Amino acid sequence: MPTITFITPDGERHQVDAKPGISVMQAAMANDIGGIVAECGGSAMCATCHVYVGDDHADRLDPVGEVEHEMLECTTSERTGSSRLSCQIEVSDELDGLEVYLPESQV
Amino acid sequence: MQVSPTNGIGADRPVNAQDPFDLEILANPYAFHEELREAGPIVWLEHYGLWGMGRFEEVHATLNDWQTFCSSAGVGISDFRKEKPWREPSILLEKDPPEHDRARSAMTKVLSPVAIRKLRADFEAFAEELVEQLVAKGEFDAVTDLAEVFPLKVFPDALGLESGERDYLLRYGNIAFNAFGPRNSLFEESMAEMPEVAKWINARCDRAKLSPDGLGAEIFGFADEGKITEHEAGMLVRSLLTAGVDTTVNGIGCALRSLAAHPEQWAALRDDPTLVRNAFEETLRYDSPVQTFFRTTTRPVDIGGVQVGEGEKVLMFLGAANRDPRKWENADQFDIRRKAAGHVGFGSGVHGCVGQMIARLEAEVVLKALTKRVHTLELTGEPTPKLNNTLRGWAHIPVRVTAK
Repeated sequence: MPTITFITPDGERHQVDAKPGISVMQAAMANDIGGIVAECGGSAMCATCHVYVGDDHADRLDPVGEVEHEMLECTTSERTGSSRLSCQIEVSDELDGLEVYLPESQV
Repeated sequence: MQVSPTNGIGADRPVNAQDPFDLEILANPYAFHEELREAGPIVWLEHYGLWGMGRFEEVHATLNDWQTFCSSAGVGISDFRKEKPWREPSILLEKDPPEHDRARSAMTKVLSPVAIRKLRADFEAFAEELVEQLVAKGEFDAVTDLAEVFPLKVFPDALGLESGERDYLLRYGNIAFNAFGPRNSLFEESMAEMPEVAKWINARCDRAKLSPDGLGAEIFGFADEGKITEHEAGMLVRSLLTAGVDTTVNGIGCALRSLAAHPEQWAALRDDPTLVRNAFEETLRYDSPVQTFFRTTTRPVDIGGVQVGEGEKVLMFLGAANRDPRKWENADQFDIRRKAAGHVGFGSGVHGCVGQMIARLEAEVVLKALTKRVHTLELTGEPTPKLNNTLRGWAHIPVRVTAK
């Protein structure tokens, strides 16, 4: 099963197993990763599952979609070039070893 | 209603004979929900000749598969391909992608978290003012004095609607949500009021009637940019007025009822107001203000071994899914500390509630204002349910509060 590592602003690392087909947000929720709020449950409506994807991994993801782009304008922590909504990243075998950094705040 | 021939086949399909829109079931739907969930992943509702779905997994999957379960044939019991809709179909709710996308995109911008943040200060100020008055009274009706008063001021204000006669908004919401159901007494009573109320609403959706700095004017701004037509802009303002008032009234009412009925939960919230947003999520799960919506199949589909034909209506019981023990531990318990995010109280997928962040904000500021000023919150009598074919809510919740 692919693994994903969530890295808190303090540098704490949490590695979780994630089933292909679920979203990175769902993997975080299933493993009690605190820095993801995901109020809307994955409808790309709330911008509270914001993550920064590690530079080495950004190329492995599908590009940011239109709705995701609009919602990333609404994050409470600063949007950077590596910002993504974790609800819009689907876990796959190709993403094994993905590292994502959690922002300071989500709401 | 006609039963199409494909429905007769398949002796294995689970069947339920009850009328889900029976007034007694609407008043307390949870025993019926359990029956439905336990009968199977999808159940033939004999009374109307259509399918019902009560388990979380299937409801969630259905909401997220608009290709198979379309909205364009209506999200009520009526099949727009066979019957004339009672009003011009909504370009948001009753359309499928790609037609749906332009309107959705405009509304996503108008109601985005950033746009909503600008409303916070005004909402908070009014919530605190209102709670102050209610604490002074001590005893009040949590619906007519609070859950109705708050959204009826802040939401139409944000939209840019002129003040006065706003009870028409509650009546319109009640009509529109009853109209998704069968022609029962609720439907007939609503339709009798419809001409008068619809006339009032349609007049308010006119551009000239809206203040230039509200969300309504912003929607018309998309028409100026050519992204939608002027007529569509008016339709979207109507959508906001339909979907944005009764739902939040009921959401806030359900939260207050649940908190007043569970004093230990109120005490936990009062002592730790950081739980406020989660308490509202739990409310939406525990007593979902929007209980049901329909979809129509676009092809034959197998659901957990049950064969469903093409062009058949499927009734999703959001409130049942939100209490499915397959998904939720102690599903029938109201627990404001539970991880409730991921419920389908706002739907899910392309038709997921576009106003959900404004609804959350409204509930948050009301509950937060209460936690600041109120020590105890208790019922002084039995709450009276407000019956509606789609919505769950309360007409009256008599409460007493003591000041902090």
